[in-house]
Amino acid sequence: MQVEALYQEIILDHYKRPHGRGLREPFNTEVHHVNPTCGDEITLRVLISGFGDDMVIEDVSYESQGCSISQASASVMFDLVAGETVDDALRAQEEFLHVMHSRGEAEPDEEILGDAVAFEGVSKYPARVKCALLGWMALKDAVAQAAAAHEEELD
Amino acid sequence: MTSLSTAGLLDVESIKADFPILSRTVRDGRKLVYLDSGATSQKPRQVLDAEREFYEQHNSAVHRGAHQLAEEATDAYESARQRIAAFVGAPASELVFTRNATESINLVAYAFSNATDKARQGVALPESTQRFVIGPGDEVLVTEMEHHANLVPWQELCLKTGATLRWLGLTDEGRLDLEGLTSLLTERTKVVSVVHQSNILGTINPVHEIARAAHAVGALVVVDACQSVPHMPLNVNDLGADLVAWSGHKMLGPTGIGCLWGRAEVLDSMPPFLTGGSMIETVFMEGSTYAPPPQRFEAGVPMAAQAIGLAAAVDYLQAIGMPAIAAHEHALTQDVVAGLAEIPGVRIIGPANTVDRGSAVSFVVDGVHPHDVGQILDSLGIAVRVGHHCAWPVCRRYGVPATTRATFYLYNGLDDVTALTDGIHEVRRFWGVS
Ligand SMILES: Cc1ncc(COP(=O)(O)O)c(C=O)c1O
Repeated sequence: MQVEALYQEIILDHYKRPHGRGLREPFNTEVHHVNPTCGDEITLRVLISGFGDDMVIEDVSYESQGCSISQASASVMFDLVAGETVDDALRAQEEFLHVMHSRGEAEPDEEILGDAVAFEGVSKYPARVKCALLGWMALKDAVAQAAAAHEEELD
Repeated sequence: MTSLSTAGLLDVESIKADFPILSRTVRDGRKLVYLDSGATSQKPRQVLDAEREFYEQHNSAVHRGAHQLAEEATDAYESARQRIAAFVGAPASELVFTRNATESINLVAYAFSNATDKARQGVALPESTQRFVIGPGDEVLVTEMEHHANLVPWQELCLKTGATLRWLGLTDEGRLDLEGLTSLLTERTKVVSVVHQSNILGTINPVHEIARAAHAVGALVVVDACQSVPHMPLNVNDLGADLVAWSGHKMLGPTGIGCLWGRAEVLDSMPPFLTGGSMIETVFMEGSTYAPPPQRFEAGVPMAAQAIGLAAAVDYLQAIGMPAIAAHEHALTQDVVAGLAEIPGVRIIGPANTVDRGSAVSFVVDGVHPHDVGQILDSLGIAVRVGHHCAWPVCRRYGVPATTRATFYLYNGLDDVTALTDGIHEVRRFWGVS
């Protein structure tokens, strides 16, 4: 069955045993994103520290409801970005977005994406791309808000 | 064309032969099992041919021009209106063509907001139009099982006018909670808009009873018949409603055409929605007067080929017979409901029997998100819909984020039901919940 190329082992593992799940304190920003086509939801918090190039995502915590792809994607994202600099996290976000919109044509950069390369197959199923992106779009939004508020505090 | 078998089933094989798309394969050579007609139906060759013939032989702008092609196109368009109207027991003058049911319902909601805006500006409105002027203290009544198309336009109307939206709730079984009806209907109720057959639950609502109660308090009654006109014999006069909306693409017709039937005096009292060419009577720089219905509601060059395609769809449905189609779907529904009941961990969202129920069957598989159900079914060639089906409040009411929905039509047979139930077993195996 072709669909096995979509549901890679790594994805199923993260789906069954998600990493970093649950909403934690402290945090700078909390966002809530929904996928209007299917009703999947995520509430995501970020805690950041440091400034400029050294700004680091100390923690990402989330609570979500959705399909295997959206759940696993948030879990893999947690592994990739928690403890990393904001720059690296946003680079990973961009690369992931690029791969998702490639219809299977991109060559994902494993250096940047780690386990998230397993989602490459999702890009061949356009209806599922939004599922894989739910957590990542929430992250981008939360980090932007947190960074802006954080820089303001500095002024 | 086809005959009923003893089990009440149509000769699906000969029907399928009319639908080119049903012979294609999907996902690496799988036979297509199309169970998504509730979203949109497939089109028989007869409909495609009618559109092609129009474009090849008669294409011209309808109601504009006096050359031969213009005459032929106008005749073809108006003949289509006459046949489609007759299909629901109405005269052509009471049938308005729109883009889809969504536009039909918006047309009615905008009749209210446009009349209200004009009244606020002090524009003198005819006596009969006064009922479309609403404001604070007035109420709009819908139900909790509406498609977004019959909910959001009314929410918007209430936001714009200060009227209040109310709704009939649902029972645990998936039916309207009619106990609330008498307290919800008061002289404040100006319009009641209800779905005839729910696109997510499959429930067929007692529209006639609701219409009678609504008329008793003087409310206008609108019916969303998107899922009933394609699937059962329906005479708009028997529904008891004032206005009935549906889409062409769910009844073997092309996309881009919808219908709004209205009782003559109701349509006549409604201000226009979209304005411009073709809907006017006279135009001066200082102002314009409008054509009588249905032209008043058909601004711009209309969708002639689609109307002609829809008329061909109506001819096709009539040749088979709507009672036969309804009986066929009823037999399939019986089989689906029974089949799903036998699979552990599968729960129907909506009536779990076939009483007052159509062939839209929503369900959840315990432990598997509907998206993941749909994906496995898709890999087997089975096209179902997953999500909230544009009826998000229904999902909330039943505590599920989404459902998987199978919908059936005249070209589905018992083998499609078996494919679905076998597929669900495969879903449970794949996700380790069996
Ligand atoms: C019950 C019901 N109402 C309204 C609609 C809206 O139809 P359309 O999207 O064709 O305007 C649909 C289908 O999408 C429906 O099933």
